[in-house]
Amino acid sequence: MSKSTLTRRGVLRTGAVAGAGVALPTIFTSSSASAFTNEPTGGSVTLGFNVPQTGPYADEGADELRAFELAVEHLNGGGDGGMMNTFSSKTLDGTGILGKKVEYVTGDTQTKSDAARASAKSMIEKDGAVMISGGSSSGVAVAVQGLCQEAGVIFMAGLTHSNDTTGKDKKANGFRHFFNAYMSAAALAPVLEKMYGKDRKAYHLTADYTWGWTQQESIQAATEAMGWETVNNVLTPLAQTDFSSYIAPVLNSGADVLVLNHYGGNMVNSLTNAVQFGLRDKQVNGKNFEIVVPLYSRLMARGAGENVKGIFGSTNWHWSLQDEGSKAFVQSFGTKYGFPPSQAAHTCYVQTLLYADAVQRAGSFNPCEVGAALEGFEFDGLGNGPTLYRADDHQCFKDVLVVRGKENPESEFDLLEVVEVTPRAQVEYAPDHPMFAGGNLGSCNPGA
Amino acid sequence: MDAIILQILNGLDKGSAYALIALGLTLIFGTLGVVNFAHGALFMIGAFCAVTLNRILTLSHQVVDESRKDFLGNPLKVDVPYVNDWFGEAAGATIIDWAVPLAILFSIPVMIAIGVIMERGLIKHFYRRPHADQILVTFGLAIVLQEIIKYFYGANPIPTPAPDVFRGSFDFGVLLGFDPNVIIYPYWRLVYFAFAALIIGGVFAFLQFTTFGMVVRAGMADRETVGLLGINIDRRFTIMFGLAAAVAGLAGVMYAPINSPNYHMGMDFLVLSFVVVVVGGMGSLPGAVLAGFVLGVLESFASMNEIKSILPGIDQIIIYLVAIIILLTRPRGLMGRKGVMED
Repeated sequence: MSKSTLTRRGVLRTGAVAGAGVALPTIFTSSSASAFTNEPTGGSVTLGFNVPQTGPYADEGADELRAFELAVEHLNGGGDGGMMNTFSSKTLDGTGILGKKVEYVTGDTQTKSDAARASAKSMIEKDGAVMISGGSSSGVAVAVQGLCQEAGVIFMAGLTHSNDTTGKDKKANGFRHFFNAYMSAAALAPVLEKMYGKDRKAYHLTADYTWGWTQQESIQAATEAMGWETVNNVLTPLAQTDFSSYIAPVLNSGADVLVLNHYGGNMVNSLTNAVQFGLRDKQVNGKNFEIVVPLYSRLMARGAGENVKGIFGSTNWHWSLQDEGSKAFVQSFGTKYGFPPSQAAHTCYVQTLLYADAVQRAGSFNPCEVGAALEGFEFDGLGNGPTLYRADDHQCFKDVLVVRGKENPESEFDLLEVVEVTPRAQVEYAPDHPMFAGGNLGSCNPGA
Repeated sequence: MDAIILQILNGLDKGSAYALIALGLTLIFGTLGVVNFAHGALFMIGAFCAVTLNRILTLSHQVVDESRKDFLGNPLKVDVPYVNDWFGEAAGATIIDWAVPLAILFSIPVMIAIGVIMERGLIKHFYRRPHADQILVTFGLAIVLQEIIKYFYGANPIPTPAPDVFRGSFDFGVLLGFDPNVIIYPYWRLVYFAFAALIIGGVFAFLQFTTFGMVVRAGMADRETVGLLGINIDRRFTIMFGLAAAVAGLAGVMYAPINSPNYHMGMDFLVLSFVVVVVGGMGSLPGAVLAGFVLGVLESFASMNEIKSILPGIDQIIIYLVAIIILLTRPRGLMGRKGVMED
């Protein structure tokens, strides 16, 4: 007679050991398969578009989102292909990225750094986004760029103009196509000299945050280099709506130029207030009083109405450009949505194509390989002439547009006219330029 | 001296907006006992009444101009306003140019209707609830209203200019014996100040010299006794809510040319206006007006470079600093009454 030694505890113990044994190779397998964060394994790849869908820049965010949707449509073979047809690199063929269909998720930055980081984090962790793009503020861009670096995904910045984004806050996983405050100043100063002369006294009103500081520093340095004197620089709170009490002291300051280092609603209100106070009708030091807005946005300029007429500024791109890339993009965007794209839409569309192209050339979604493909990449046909993605700081170098508020607009979109296309060489600077010092790219983080 | 005069002028128009909003807030608090955080949204809706009338007046049909091209290279479709067809080009342009003053007439019934609907539909259910509940529900309502406006009008500011005749500036300096171009001030801001004075005077006269106003004042002093006399005080208070909404709306209409309206402008004024009400004294109409102008002028002075060089950042905290000092020395505010919000 035999006695069975099978006990409940014995079965559980054996089961646990056997289970661990079976699972062990799987753990090692899954670890080795996922070499980087959110490696796409199926037939599709997910991109995360993080734009302001609520808050003061919601209209700019909506335009960015339209551009992203258009880019995805083109990458997947839909529409007329837009700038894919004019792009100097010919790796994109309308079959997605590396043969995977492109899908996307969206997040709302609210133009708040903490909200933008939260939405980017959610898209990376929950939706499996392998790249994050978009944004309409430098504070947000710097915050999200830092998050992407930690998470191990690529960040293709949207509209961010502060020197710091590719200066002291630059990151190996972050890339900026948009121009910056230094470039605006370098392009604008010679035109201002030509129009208003060397002997000018400038009064600056500056938004009190990272972009305002770097914009003011840049334009002050560029104008002083050509002989202008800076009478005063007054920092204004970002939440300010009525600038009359800041404009009033300008009247008797001896200045004959007012530089508004403001963007968005600040720019609309300060420019409107300055014109209301008759500054543009004034004569000071025997010269006409002038106003300068270093960074223009067509969407925002609309808010200032007729007050933008004749006022100089700079912009990254404008729909009236006649190069083949710009024409293709305007045609594609305009046909789909019924109005021309903004500069924010342009940079977001271009960033998406550049990312997709870099993946194609690298043959991998691994952010380190994608980053290496973008570093030092020279391209053309995307609306800004020959462009370089500089390896040292991940900043694009290209021509910059100096624009002026149009005197006789023919439509609600026809607000700015391009006065000069400043060649790339004139806006280039050394990677260790003092205005960009203090940062370190660090090394690429693939995550996982 | 010229800088001081200029900042006083600046403060007066800023103070006008504060005073008008605070006056409406105080009317509502004094009559209904409700702390209305949606009052800033009413100011914003007033500004959008001007935007809306402008859009109505510029409703257009399109005429194809074969000689000009649009951004896609197609023949340009030119918008021709219907008012141009009906009244001729010159008269049509004049009507559109005067959209903001015309919006005063447009906004009064709209704002009264919105005020009455707000009061009857939502706020009356919170009369007997704690002030914290009232603040929460009216703040929520403010957010809903601004999101509705954003949905229909977008997030960007919308230019709403004053009539051509009011553009440009008045040279005050010459009037006061200074050199030309030393003290100049925009015409429309002067109009705004005069308009605010007119509205404030009108509200006080209405409350002081009409039977309706007398009953309302009696109800503000002792609601229960007035009710026992057989007067339907609730109905009158509802009308006062409508009137307060109209005052906020008119302040918004006339403010539209000063700063292009955007969906958030109500919130920008709301917090400051509450400080104005508290400094003036809860429930005191003259206190609200006085505090509005005082704080407006002080805020302007604090923005002067000479002041900021001594006290950096003072322009951002001056209103709150003054509020603290006044509440420490006069806990009921400048003209507050005993017993208001003290039980």
